[in-house]
Amino acid sequence: MLYAMCFLMFMIGLYCAIVKKNMVKIVIGLAVMEYAVNLFLIMLGYRHGGEAPIVGPADMVDSTGQLTALFIDKCVDPLPQALVLTSIVIGLGSLALMISICIRTYEKYQTFDITEIRRLKG
Amino acid sequence: MKGMTIIVKTVSSWVKVLIFLFGICIILTGHLTPGGGFAGGVILASSYVLLMLAFGREFAEENLPLAAASRLDCAGAIMFAAIAVLGFVWGGSFFFNYLYQIYLPGKALNLVSAGTIPLSNIAIGIKVGASLFLIIVMLSGFCQDYRCKVDFTKTKGEE
Amino acid sequence: MEILFYIMIIYMLIAAIIAVETRDLLSSVICLGAIGVGVSLMFLFLKAPDIAITQIVVEVLGLIVLIRATISRDLTFISGDREFFGVVVSVVIVLIIFIAGIEVFRSMPDFGNAVFAEVPNSASNTYIREGVKDTGAANLVASVILDYRGYDTLGEATVLFTSILGAIVILRRKSRKQLEEIDK
Repeated sequence: MLYAMCFLMFMIGLYCAIVKKNMVKIVIGLAVMEYAVNLFLIMLGYRHGGEAPIVGPADMVDSTGQLTALFIDKCVDPLPQALVLTSIVIGLGSLALMISICIRTYEKYQTFDITEIRRLKG
Repeated sequence: MKGMTIIVKTVSSWVKVLIFLFGICIILTGHLTPGGGFAGGVILASSYVLLMLAFGREFAEENLPLAAASRLDCAGAIMFAAIAVLGFVWGGSFFFNYLYQIYLPGKALNLVSAGTIPLSNIAIGIKVGASLFLIIVMLSGFCQDYRCKVDFTKTKGEE
Repeated sequence: MEILFYIMIIYMLIAAIIAVETRDLLSSVICLGAIGVGVSLMFLFLKAPDIAITQIVVEVLGLIVLIRATISRDLTFISGDREFFGVVVSVVIVLIIFIAGIEVFRSMPDFGNAVFAEVPNSASNTYIREGVKDTGAANLVASVILDYRGYDTLGEATVLFTSILGAIVILRRKSRKQLEEIDK
């Protein structure tokens, strides 16, 4: 059920990106879609009663790096967290690029409305 | 872009140093506590954004010129690629952790441990911080109103 | 604990609906900030502190970039949507995708069951068991992104570099011809 609500948030962002006329609203819809996808990936790696994947001094058996069985049984998945870390920072870079395109288009056509911007030359 | 009142200027001149120090701490202990290169680099950039919002854009450009910021950006990227290629030279494969396996093994949970991971964190932190500072200064230097005329005879180095 | 997750997701859904439907652009951006804070708190409850730190600081800078584009311009309110037939077709397609997605979610494992723990030789199990021994880092996520999967981090650094480069070239004041005239 939690997965379905996260997917509903993705659908709300997709509706905003398809139907709206204002250029900045389209960018906001894309940002909502990115939040929903990152949240879904982290929810996949959760386990009930889990702990964060940081090793403390109480989790190591000896100094060669052997971990206690309790920690291995309770640790959440570190692999989706690594992928989402990359995805969040790339989202910021692409948001900056989209907003700079919007600002340049506003300078040239004096409107944010996409139905009035018809000529795509150069 | 103008700055703000004198109360904001005084308080932010103390707070931005603390934010910068916090960013450096998160980068350097990225292999022991949560954090790492990306979060630390973004915090470094936001300390410069505070400087720009409180004092005005010209003051921030004198503090860290745009040409120097773009060179720092490139230096961070080259350092990260160099660490990876040196792993290929000294070990068997790309990104081989040569400092941990061969040259400088340290015990876990110390500050000096985990080989090339702290060095990669520092390179990524410098790169991300300089990039985001550049983009935010360029965005706020644009004309606020489409009716203003841009003066093309004023040269400002590389913009 | 589960009831807390449901409350946060319902809060985020309400904020998303307000961000999409309101007419004022500044209100949309503020609601986007509210969604971001909710997402960061959810990451903290899902035991991912690394991601929560990154999400909150990236969202603050993203809000600054968005507000720069929407404030202090004499914006005219753009009223109405696109023509009626296009809107109806788009909504029908979105509904079909939504119903198909719900069918897929029925066959997924429940929330909180760790699928990776049932397969003994999966990648995640190897990273947890051998992470500290192979790399010496106490933060397992840092050992994954910088040692086991360092190539992905190189690709991400390249993508960030290229997108910022593109944004700076778009925002340049002087065009190429004027820069060449100044050089001569």
